[in-house]
Amino acid sequence: MATTEVERRRGQLAALSIAAVVIIVGVPLWWRTTETYRAWLPVSQIKELAKLQLQLSADVEVVFARGTVTPEQQKKVPLTQTQEEERAIDEDTALRYRYETRYRTATIMEEDALNQPSAAEADLSLHTLSESPCGSLVVYVIPESSSLLPEDVNVYIGQRRTALLRIGPQMRVGKTLEQLLAHLEPRIKQVLQVMSFSHNDITAALSDRVRFSPDNKESIADSMRAFKSSPGYEITFSLLNPDPKSHRLHWDIEGAVQTYIQPLLTKLSPVANFSIDSQTLYYTMLGVNPRFDTSRSAYTLNADSLAHVINPVEARLGSNAASSNPVLNFLLYVPDAQHSPLYIQGRKKQEVPSNAFHSPRWGGIMVYNVNGFYGSEPEFPVDINIDMAKVMGVFLAQLRLLLGVQSSTPPPGFLVARCGSTGLADWELDRLMWSRSVENVATATTTITSLAQLLDQIGNIVINDNIAQQVSSAVTSLQLAVAELEAGNLGFALQYSKEAILASEKAFFDPSLLHLLYFPDDQKFAIYIPLFLPMCVPILLSLLKIVSEARQRRREKQAKKD
Amino acid sequence: MSKYAAAQKQAEPAVLQPTPQPKDDFQEELVVRPLHSGDIYASFQFRTLWETDFMRGNKVSHYRLFPKSLGQVISKFSVRELHISFTQGYWRTMQWGQPYLPSPPGAELWVWFQDSVTDVDATWKELTNVLSGIFCASLNFIDSTNTVQPSASFKPLGIGNVTDHRFLRYATLPREIVCTENLTPWKKLLPCGSKAGLAVLLKSEKLFHSSFHSQAVHIRPVCQDWQCKTTSWELRQTLNVVFDLHNSGQGKREWSLFKMFSRTLTEACPLASSSKIYIDITDNPEQFELSPATSLLSQAMVLGDRRTFSVYDLTQQDTFGSVRSLNLLIRWKSTEGDMLRPLLHAERYVAGYGLQTGEIHTLMYNHHPYRSFPVLLLDSVPWYLRLYIHTLTVTSKGKDNKPSYIHYQPSKDRVRPHLLEMLVQLPPNSVTEVTVQFERALLKWTEYTPDPNHGFYVGSSVISSLVPSTVAMDTNSTRERPLFSSFFPCKEESSYFVRVYTEPLLVNLPTPDFSMPYNVICLTCTVVAVGYGSLYNLLTRSFQIEEPSPGLAKRIANVIRKMRGVPPL
Repeated sequence: MATTEVERRRGQLAALSIAAVVIIVGVPLWWRTTETYRAWLPVSQIKELAKLQLQLSADVEVVFARGTVTPEQQKKVPLTQTQEEERAIDEDTALRYRYETRYRTATIMEEDALNQPSAAEADLSLHTLSESPCGSLVVYVIPESSSLLPEDVNVYIGQRRTALLRIGPQMRVGKTLEQLLAHLEPRIKQVLQVMSFSHNDITAALSDRVRFSPDNKESIADSMRAFKSSPGYEITFSLLNPDPKSHRLHWDIEGAVQTYIQPLLTKLSPVANFSIDSQTLYYTMLGVNPRFDTSRSAYTLNADSLAHVINPVEARLGSNAASSNPVLNFLLYVPDAQHSPLYIQGRKKQEVPSNAFHSPRWGGIMVYNVNGFYGSEPEFPVDINIDMAKVMGVFLAQLRLLLGVQSSTPPPGFLVARCGSTGLADWELDRLMWSRSVENVATATTTITSLAQLLDQIGNIVINDNIAQQVSSAVTSLQLAVAELEAGNLGFALQYSKEAILASEKAFFDPSLLHLLYFPDDQKFAIYIPLFLPMCVPILLSLLKIVSEARQRRREKQAKKD
Repeated sequence: MSKYAAAQKQAEPAVLQPTPQPKDDFQEELVVRPLHSGDIYASFQFRTLWETDFMRGNKVSHYRLFPKSLGQVISKFSVRELHISFTQGYWRTMQWGQPYLPSPPGAELWVWFQDSVTDVDATWKELTNVLSGIFCASLNFIDSTNTVQPSASFKPLGIGNVTDHRFLRYATLPREIVCTENLTPWKKLLPCGSKAGLAVLLKSEKLFHSSFHSQAVHIRPVCQDWQCKTTSWELRQTLNVVFDLHNSGQGKREWSLFKMFSRTLTEACPLASSSKIYIDITDNPEQFELSPATSLLSQAMVLGDRRTFSVYDLTQQDTFGSVRSLNLLIRWKSTEGDMLRPLLHAERYVAGYGLQTGEIHTLMYNHHPYRSFPVLLLDSVPWYLRLYIHTLTVTSKGKDNKPSYIHYQPSKDRVRPHLLEMLVQLPPNSVTEVTVQFERALLKWTEYTPDPNHGFYVGSSVISSLVPSTVAMDTNSTRERPLFSSFFPCKEESSYFVRVYTEPLLVNLPTPDFSMPYNVICLTCTVVAVGYGSLYNLLTRSFQIEEPSPGLAKRIANVIRKMRGVPPL
C-alpha cells in the first residue's frame, strides 16, 4: 500500500516538473525564437506630440518718430510689452500667439530716412540702416502731418520688414501715453496679421491635423490651391505645339527663366529647393474641342470645360525621372492654325484678360494666340518668336499662387508696396515661412503619430534600428522646431521642421515595414498544432487529475474532522 | 480684344529678328529588306542629335527634340553611354542574314558611366529602377546576381576611349516579355510621337503579330565633324520587325506597307530634317518589282557587303503622288536566287541528363572560305549553374583550340554570376565548339520563380568580332550615310564589326514540392509527439502488478467451490 502511494506521488511530481519545465523553459524559448524584432521607439514623446501645443512668437519693434510723442511721454515709454492670445483648434491642438512689442524712439538717422520725399524711398533707406531678422517687424509710427503717405492711406507696408503707421487724427495732442498705446495696439496687430501671420493662415496650415469645418468655402479653396509643403519642387515649362506643320515656335526659355523666375526662386530658397526644366511637345491636343464663336470670329473655351483640358496633355508631359518632388507644370499652348485664335471664357462669359488659368496643386496653362504673326499671305510654316515677357508675367503670378504666397487683400487704409525685381517682398517670405513651418510640424506630427499607432496595432511588423533612428530623429527635430517657433527663430524653426518631415516620411515609407506585414495567426497555429497539441494534452490532463485528487483529499480530511 | 491686338503688334517686330539656329536635329528612316525565305524585314531608325554637354556638371534643363525623361536620366546618373533593347523572338541568322542591329531575346541593358561616378553599383541599381519606370519593363529585376562587367566585349560605341570596365555594367533579362506596354513609352520619346512621319506605321496590333520584334534605345556622345571639335549627344531609337510569309503575308510573296502595318504614309514628320525609306534591292533587282517605282538609288556598305537601295524621300511632296499617300508594294516575280551566307553564326544548347549536372555547348561557325578571324565570346551564367571551369574545352576541326585570352570571374552564391570571356581564333570554314560542365544548385524555397517547373533562363552568349570584309568599308564616320549603316563605328576598311547573340538557354533545376515544408513540420512534430508521449507516460504513470483476472472456467469452479464451502482456487 505504501509503495503504491510513493509511486503515485512520484508520478505526480514528475508530471508537475515536466509542466514546470515546459512553462519555465519551453514557453520563453518559443516566445523568444519566434519574436519579431522591434526596436525601441520614443512612444511617450510621440504621445506628447499628438497633443500639439504650438506657440508662435513674433517680435515687433515700434519706433516713434519725432512729433508723435512728447518728450515727457518719451521717458515713460515702456520698454517691452507682451501680449498673448490663446486659441484652441480642437481637443488635441492648441495655438498660442505671443506678440512681443518693444518701444523706442527713432534715431537721428532714422528721422532722416523718414524725411525722404516718398514712402518707397524711406522704406529703402530704413532698410539700409538696419536689417531686421527673419520673422520680426519694425513699425514706424509717424505723425499725422507727415507727407510720406497719401491722404487716404494710414499704413504703408514696404518691400522689407518695415511698415509706416500714421497716427490717427484723434490722437493729436494732449493725450496720455496710455491712450496712445491703446490706440496703437489694435492697429499694430492689424499690421502683424498682414505681414507675418493671421489666425486663418495658421489654421489652414494645420489642415493636415485638423479636419476643416466647412464654414468658409472660400478660404478652403484658397488653402487647397497651393502645393503642400515639400522640401523641393520641380518646375517644368512645356511649350505645346499641336501643329508643327504650320508653326515653327521659338521661345527663349533659358533667358526668360534667368530674368523672371530665378530671382523669385533664389529668394524662396530657404523654403524649398527648386529645379527648373523645360520641354517642347508636339502634336499635343487639348482634351476638349473649342467652340467657334461667330460674334468674335474666334474659338472659345468655357470655364466649365477647362477641367477636361489637362488629362490628355498630362499623359505626354512625362513624370520627372530624377526625383520624387512634386512637379509644377506650366504649359504654354499655341493653338493650331485651324483653331485659332482661341480665348478662354470665364464663368460669366467674359473674356479672361490673361487668357490663362491654373489648376490647384498642378500648375497653369496659358493659351498664346499667334494669328498676329501670319501676315496677309501666310506661308506655312511660320516662324514665331514667343514674347516671353508676356508669358512669364502670367506664369510668375501663377507660380506665386501655387507656392502659397498669398496676396490677400489688405484691409482698408493699407498701401502695400509693389514687389520689386525679385517678385517677393521680405515679409511675404516671412509669412510663407510661418505657415510652412506650422504646416511641416503638423504634417510631421500626424505622420509620426500614425506610424506609431500602426506599429502599435500590428504586432507583426519588424521595426529596424534604422526606422527607430529615423523616428527618434524626427521626434527630436519636431521638438526643436516647436521650441524655435516658441522662441521666435523662424529660420531655424523652418529648418528643423523640414528635417522632421524628411525623417518622418522616410520612416513611414520604409519598405522594410511591409516585409512581414501579413503573417496571419491561423497559419501560425496550423504549424504549431501538430507539436503543441500532443505535448500539452497529457500535461493538462495529468495536472487536472492532480488537482481533482487534491480536492478529493481535502474533502475527505474535512469529512474526517467533522 | 484691343489688348490682344496690342500685344500682337508689340510682338510683330520680333518676326524680323533672326531666329536662333536650333542645336538639335531629328532624322527618321525605314529600311525594308525582302528576305529570301519570303519574310520581310523592316527596320526603323529615329535619330536625334543634340549639340549639348551633359558631361561637365552643368545642368541641362531645356529640351526641344530630345526627350526630357532620358535627358534627366543622363544628367542625374552621369551616364556616358546607354544601350537598352527589348526583343521578342529570336533572330534566325541562317535564314535571314545579319540584322542591322543585333539584340538578344528579352531585355538587354548596358551602360557606361562617366568616371566621375563614385559608387557605380548604387547608381546602376537606381538607374535600372528609373528605366524600368520609363519603359514599363521589369528592369528592376536587374541586381548584382545578373549584372557583369565585361572586360572586352562591350566597348563604348561613341567617342571617348575609356576602357576601364569598372564603369561598365551589362545585364540581360532573357525572360522579359515585350509587348504593347513597352512600345507606347518608346513611341512617346519620339518628337512627333506616333502622329506623323514614319512612326504612324508603328501600330502594336501588327508589330506584335510578327516573327521577330525588337525595339531599342541607344544614347551615346558622337562627333559633330571629322576633327571632333564639337561633340553632340545621339539618341537612336530603333525598331526591327520581321513579318512572317505565312502568318502575316497569307503565303503570297507580295508585301505592301498596308499589308505589313495596316497603315500607309501621308507625310514626313515635320520636325525631321530627313525622312527616307530604303528598299534593299541588291539581291536581284529584276526579281521583284516595286510600285511606285523610284529613280533614286543609293549604295551603302552594310555588314561587309555593297548593297543597293531604292530610296523614297518623304520630305519631297511628289513621293506621295497624286493620291497623297504612299503604299509601297514589293512583289516577287520568282523565288530563285541564293542568300549570301552570313560569315559568322553561332548556336548554343544544353546537354546532359538528370537534374544534377549538365554541359553547355556553344558552337561558332566561320563560313569564310579562306580567312580565319578572332572572336570574343562572352558568357554570363547565373550562379545556380555552378560551372566547372576546369572542364572548359575549345575545339575546332577536332583539334584543341587554345583561346589567346581568357577572363573568368567565378560566381558567388546569391551575389554575382559567372563571367567567362575569351578570345578564340576561328579557322576558316570551320565549327568551333566550346563546352563547359556545370552542376545545378539547389535553391532556397523562396528563391524559386512562381513557375519553377518552366525552367530557368540563362542569357544569350554574345559573340563580337571584326569579320573580314569582301569590299572596302567606309571609315569616314562623319560622312552622310543612311542611319542603319552608321551605328557601329568602322575603324578599318578591311573588316566590319558584327555582334551575334546565341539562343538563351532554358535549364531545369531540381524543384521541390512546395508543400514540403509543412509536411516536414507535421512529420517531425508527430515523431516528437510519439516519443514524448511514451516518455511522459513512463515518467508519470505508477506501475503495479495486477492479478490477472481468473479465466471463465476458474470462476465457475470457484462459484461451485463457494457453494460447497471449499476455499477458492
